[in-house]
Amino acid sequence: MGILQNILEQVINGLRSGSIYALIALGYTMVYGIAKMINFAHGDIIMVGAYALYVGLAIFHLPAVGAVLLSIAICTILGVGIERIAYKPLRSAQPLAVLITAIGVSFLLQSLSLLIFGATPIPQASIVGFDGIKIGGISISGITIVTLIVTTICMASLTWFINKTKLGSAMRAVSEDKGAAELMGIDVNKTISLTFAIGSALAAIAGILYVCQYQSLKPTLGAMPGIKAFVAAVLGGIGSVPGAMLGGIILGLIESLSKAYISTELSDAIVFGILVLVLLIKPSGLLGKIRKEKV
Amino acid sequence: MKNRQTDKQLIKNIAITIIIFIIVESLLYGGLLSRQFRSLLIPVCINVILAVSLNLTTGFLGELTLGHAGFMSVGAYTGALVTLNMNLPMAIEFPVALFAGGIAAAIFGVIIGVPVLRLRGDYLAIVTLAFGEIIKSIINSMKITNGAMGLSGIELHANYKHFAYVFALTVITIFAIKNMVHSRQGRAVCAIRDNYIAAEAVGISVSRFKVMAFVVAAFFAGIAGVIYSHNVGTLKPTTFDYNKSIEILVIVVLGGMGSIRGSVIAAIILTVLPELLRSADEFRMLLYAIVLIVMMIFNSSQIKQRILSSEILSRLRRVKKEA
Amino acid sequence: MKKVKKIMALGLAATLTFASMTGCSSKSDTNSGSNSDSGTASGTSDETFVIGGIGPLTGDAASYGISVKQGAEIAVKEINEAGGVKVGDKTMQLELKFEDDQATADKAVTAYNTLMDGGMNVLLGCVTTGSCLAVVDLAKEDNILMLTPSGSAAEITKNDNVFRLCFTDPLQGETMAEHMITDLHYKNIAVIYKNSDEYSTGVYEAFAAKVAELGGTITTAEAFADGEDFNTQLTSIKGTDAEAIFAPIYYNDAAHVVTQAADLSITLPFFGSDGWDGILDTVTDKATVEGATFLSPFFSGEETAADFVANYEKAYNTTPDQFAADGYDGVYVFKSALEQAKTTESADLISAMTQIKVDGLTGTGISFSATGEPQKAAKFIKIENGEYAAAK
Repeated sequence: MGILQNILEQVINGLRSGSIYALIALGYTMVYGIAKMINFAHGDIIMVGAYALYVGLAIFHLPAVGAVLLSIAICTILGVGIERIAYKPLRSAQPLAVLITAIGVSFLLQSLSLLIFGATPIPQASIVGFDGIKIGGISISGITIVTLIVTTICMASLTWFINKTKLGSAMRAVSEDKGAAELMGIDVNKTISLTFAIGSALAAIAGILYVCQYQSLKPTLGAMPGIKAFVAAVLGGIGSVPGAMLGGIILGLIESLSKAYISTELSDAIVFGILVLVLLIKPSGLLGKIRKEKV
Repeated sequence: MKNRQTDKQLIKNIAITIIIFIIVESLLYGGLLSRQFRSLLIPVCINVILAVSLNLTTGFLGELTLGHAGFMSVGAYTGALVTLNMNLPMAIEFPVALFAGGIAAAIFGVIIGVPVLRLRGDYLAIVTLAFGEIIKSIINSMKITNGAMGLSGIELHANYKHFAYVFALTVITIFAIKNMVHSRQGRAVCAIRDNYIAAEAVGISVSRFKVMAFVVAAFFAGIAGVIYSHNVGTLKPTTFDYNKSIEILVIVVLGGMGSIRGSVIAAIILTVLPELLRSADEFRMLLYAIVLIVMMIFNSSQIKQRILSSEILSRLRRVKKEA
Repeated sequence: MKKVKKIMALGLAATLTFASMTGCSSKSDTNSGSNSDSGTASGTSDETFVIGGIGPLTGDAASYGISVKQGAEIAVKEINEAGGVKVGDKTMQLELKFEDDQATADKAVTAYNTLMDGGMNVLLGCVTTGSCLAVVDLAKEDNILMLTPSGSAAEITKNDNVFRLCFTDPLQGETMAEHMITDLHYKNIAVIYKNSDEYSTGVYEAFAAKVAELGGTITTAEAFADGEDFNTQLTSIKGTDAEAIFAPIYYNDAAHVVTQAADLSITLPFFGSDGWDGILDTVTDKATVEGATFLSPFFSGEETAADFVANYEKAYNTTPDQFAADGYDGVYVFKSALEQAKTTESADLISAMTQIKVDGLTGTGISFSATGEPQKAAKFIKIENGEYAAAK
């Protein structure tokens, strides 16, 4: 086994986890762009998506496609519901209040799933049917291929949606200037709901891919991917959709390579260290815009 | 006139403190306190210190910090290493440990205080969370802290037998932070919270006060950590995780952000209540989550204003005045 | 307004102190005996003997505590239904009081004190190492007999009143190293372990030392702190010339490791520590663990365990793991200590511990040395055709 081959395999590992981070980071970045808040509960929506898939498959005995749709539907409704019930009353409140509420929602989802499903991890088999492929001694697993394809499709269609459709333009307008968008006849509430719906649907897909990869469920499964995806969103420039994709991939690569060649113990510290560095040197991230605070 | 009033208040506060102390001590030495409650005395004090110090940054400064447990762990480990390596009588060893733990945490407070100069709100919250995680994984990989195995056999210099010292430390913390809030600097800190740009425009040196608030909060969190390590006798890096930081935040939110008295009462309630309801512990986290959400929505909604200004309340007030 | 607030605050404080006062005075009446007469935990009713238990019932480690509790409950029920324990010329009933510590040291201390308020005679606990270390000195002060079912760090048994039912971490590491090198003739072994866990690190360190002593090589020791992704570590292992992988970790982490190893087409045989027990219910594809060998004191497929397994499954709807077996055996150890000592005095119970021999689920003829360690043989369990089977 050559060293080169090993590096290549680590890069593939990084791309796989990075593309999942990118998917989650999109949710953070879109919500931040429009509602100007960090949706702390976003990581836990991944968890709900994963459990919904399990419930669909193991309890209702749905076919795989049905369970996937059920999971996406539940997360979309949940995302919109959370926004309506918990965040909307606080739209004019201090950012601190919104942030604490979001932490509360995150805790609420976690403790509810703990009460319903228990702390013991639940095994759930992958729904990806086919085995991996081998290219010149490098083996790529089936789930890795599926993850890469699914995330690419999601990102491409999201980019098309935001740039080419009317609703997409409305979203961009609201994120640019809420007041002006409202004056132009855009329904701000509806647009914010739509953003939460899309972000949560992407989180559900991330949750499904997560289950297929790791094949086990626990109530806290969304916390770490959620926080790391947030780091990815900041790295790419929060509020920027291409930035979130780029940030996710870069973060996945950094994490995988630092684990392999620097230290597994310190890889988390390295990831968070990057966050701190980016925020200190270039708070707007790689592709983000600089915003000035006005009185 | 004003001065006399504050003096009166001070005397009253001191009197209340002494009365509480005498009650607890007599219960303790009269053997009236069950062992369960005896073992809660120190955790209550620790949580009071943690909540009051977090209140300084979150309540008064208005910046959410999610890494308070990180400061606590720095203090706990530093203090524990001091006593484990010194082998001197407690009267020398423990004050040194307290001081070292507090200072070490304060140094980390400075390190976090620097990004604070550039960041606000959401970003700052995430950076403090990241710092907490970094501290945890560094402690976990260091030789001197014994990594994942943690430290054990730390002398119990702060268990219930030494309640008097711990109580004194708690009171000192409360008074120190209270004084800081009511001082010129403290009013500046509040001004920063209420309007950052306006405060800067009037000539308040925003950066200096912000960093100072962070350092003071970190210092006291470190002190709480030293007490923790000398109460339990063992330390593990996983004790001081994100959940611990959130637990302290829940205390501050329940007590009311910016209210020191609220923090003290909430810390007592949230330490004692879970013990009384041991069997229902599964619901504790759920309850914390609901406290966070409901308190926030309630605080910023019209309901609170309406209740405060409602007929019933004003009538009550009138009745009281007449009586 | 301010006054109202202040009065309310004072009122609240007053009610709280009052509540705590009344809460305790009623309790301290019943067991003032156990508080005052230093050490002897007798003084409560002659008819019931209280076994206290401490372990995580909520939180991440909850499954271990729940298993120990349920295993102990089965044993207590069995003994009581059979008429109780003969202590000298009296017959006593057993009672189990189990308190949650969420696997944290500070909660373990309050749990211990709560149990002492409840008149605990002996302590079955703690389940986790960190909690044990926080409680050992308190138990020494009260001179309470303490038997940890699963706390495996070496320094837990430093006091003479503490005994252990499970293997120590170093013993497990050494036994496995000997098995892999002397019996199976492996030379190059890769390790994956959890460095944020004292159990995993303890087993790994002893294993590494023994492998070096026996002339083997550890090609790479991959650590992880938390999380579910082991692709990086496994890819690194794949890049070495290891012949086998030793993974001293708990079954939920091990399930991730074997699943991802299969994804990366790693076909090396796996070896595990006793934390692997339960892995067959955790993996989604049993082929991924086929041929894996691990150490366990307990094997649910054994004939001697059939009754216990049937009762356990009937009561709790799941198959018992080794923690449940440890809890069950722990109660029977107390029973023989009581029969041997013929009294409930702590000091006599402690000295009886080194004289007894117990046939349990986790070993036959278990005895205890004065240093608190159990004398029992380790069982190697191999997964064959998707079932646990006794190896060797």
